[in-house]
Amino acid sequence: MTTPQPFDVATIKQQFPLLQRELNGAPLVYLDSANTAQKPQVVIDAMSRFMVHSYAPINRSAYALAAEATDFYEGARTKVQRFINARRAHEIVFTKNATESLNLVAFSWGRANLQAGDVVLLTHMEHHANIVPWHMLAAERGIVLRWVPLTADGQLDLTDLTSLLDGAKVFSFTAMSNVLGTITPVQQLCAAAHAAGALAIVDGCQYVPHNVTDVQAWDADFLAFSSHKLCGPSGVGVLWGREALLDAMPPFLGGGNMIADVRLDGFTTAELPAKFEAGTPPITEVVGLGAAVDFLTGLGMCNIRQHEIDVASYAMRSLTERFGGDIQLHGPTNVEVRGATFSFGFRGIHPHDLSQVLDQTNVCVRAGHHCAKPLMRLLGVNATARASFYLYNDTADVDVFADALDSASDIFAM
Amino acid sequence: MPGLEDLYREIILDHHRNPRNRGELPPPAPHAVGHNPLCGDEIDVYVQVDDGIITDVKVGGQGCSISQSSASMMSQAIKGRPVDEVQALIRRFKGMMSIPDEDGNPIEPDPAVKLGDLEALQGVVKYPVRIKCAVLSWYTLLDALSQA
Repeated sequence: MTTPQPFDVATIKQQFPLLQRELNGAPLVYLDSANTAQKPQVVIDAMSRFMVHSYAPINRSAYALAAEATDFYEGARTKVQRFINARRAHEIVFTKNATESLNLVAFSWGRANLQAGDVVLLTHMEHHANIVPWHMLAAERGIVLRWVPLTADGQLDLTDLTSLLDGAKVFSFTAMSNVLGTITPVQQLCAAAHAAGALAIVDGCQYVPHNVTDVQAWDADFLAFSSHKLCGPSGVGVLWGREALLDAMPPFLGGGNMIADVRLDGFTTAELPAKFEAGTPPITEVVGLGAAVDFLTGLGMCNIRQHEIDVASYAMRSLTERFGGDIQLHGPTNVEVRGATFSFGFRGIHPHDLSQVLDQTNVCVRAGHHCAKPLMRLLGVNATARASFYLYNDTADVDVFADALDSASDIFAM
Repeated sequence: MPGLEDLYREIILDHHRNPRNRGELPPPAPHAVGHNPLCGDEIDVYVQVDDGIITDVKVGGQGCSISQSSASMMSQAIKGRPVDEVQALIRRFKGMMSIPDEDGNPIEPDPAVKLGDLEALQGVVKYPVRIKCAVLSWYTLLDALSQA
């Protein structure tokens, strides 16, 4: 890990064409990157250049152009491998999104290995993508779900982790909450899972775009994340898994590309990673993901993390000083264990109304349950507003956001 | 705040701050729960129907200013009215919200059906994301009436 360098947000912002756009004569303040991130010019150019110059089918034609397209596609796989420090490139499986990645594990590994009564441990801060597939499997074959509770400040309460893991076959957890911003102790959780004989599945959707990721240091078994949250295109996600686990798993989707042979009486599967990449994949999008990984790597993930610590610290300090008890920031107050994603309540104004008013000054925040309804119930709310900051946001964005909040009070003074 | 006057009309904010007919009715009064999957809002509608007349209505649940004020105004508009008149009002309201009929055709406004205060919600149409908020209680009412 290198020493964090000063982070030139103005220059970075200039590389995102959409962030140059003005609406009603004012710039956009995009605070919804936990939802999906904006795209830098280098990603747009890489995808455009690939389609203009190198687009062809991959893995199935002998001509030079097809070989070139395949090299681009497989090159992106190697970039992703290095980005998360996986041992082998063929441990990287391209999916549609992180949701599909988690479904792949639940249904391929889960159906092959889980029986009625087997325990899957989740946490109370999971996204629906890491809940519903397990509910579906529970309905299908009677597995039992357990839940790690949360502390008052929105961290995992690990007091009873050992007993929760007792007899569990799987521990599937987020590395960073999309609602609370909480960063979980992934390495510790993986070790606890393994000590109990359970698999450790990491939902890295929110974590991977913002932090240094090292699946070997974590000693994880699976990692799911999406391209679109890390400045790449939508339509492609990643599943990383240990080679031995992926090798032993049955295929998930059947079709072209994933077979070694097909006969009238059956089929045999292709080697990794093709076994899990049935049909024509999002070829251009994978190339775009590779460019996004290059872009982030060039900036340095530890620099991005440090920048977000700075913005998160400033946001917590300035919002609290300005609004005191009128603003409720959910999640940890210690920036060492949180990212720059803030769910908040403000003066009792409904999140939908808040986001509508903020939109008047082009401040884009998400309002809703953030696909985490069990967590919403725990917080005792139907919905929250959420401001999430990324590498192209700075403290000036925090100030615009705070000013816009003030104007919401003018309309909704109770 | 410029631009939002059409949406947040004073009468809407008034119903939001002081919602009418809040509460619940005991069983066996028909009761339905509506969900806005987009934002997690939930709304409860209870109706008492006697001899084809909605003699009482109560609204519960949580939601944004648009969904809450729409529910509040709805409860005022339907209390004491015959069910068939209320069905016509629901249709008129859906038409105002640009919601097509069962065949996908626009609902022409029926001049015989008066909207009264509900006309204040007309501005919601300019904010398509919020139409779901405005109609949530009305679909929940339909659900409750179907049990009556």
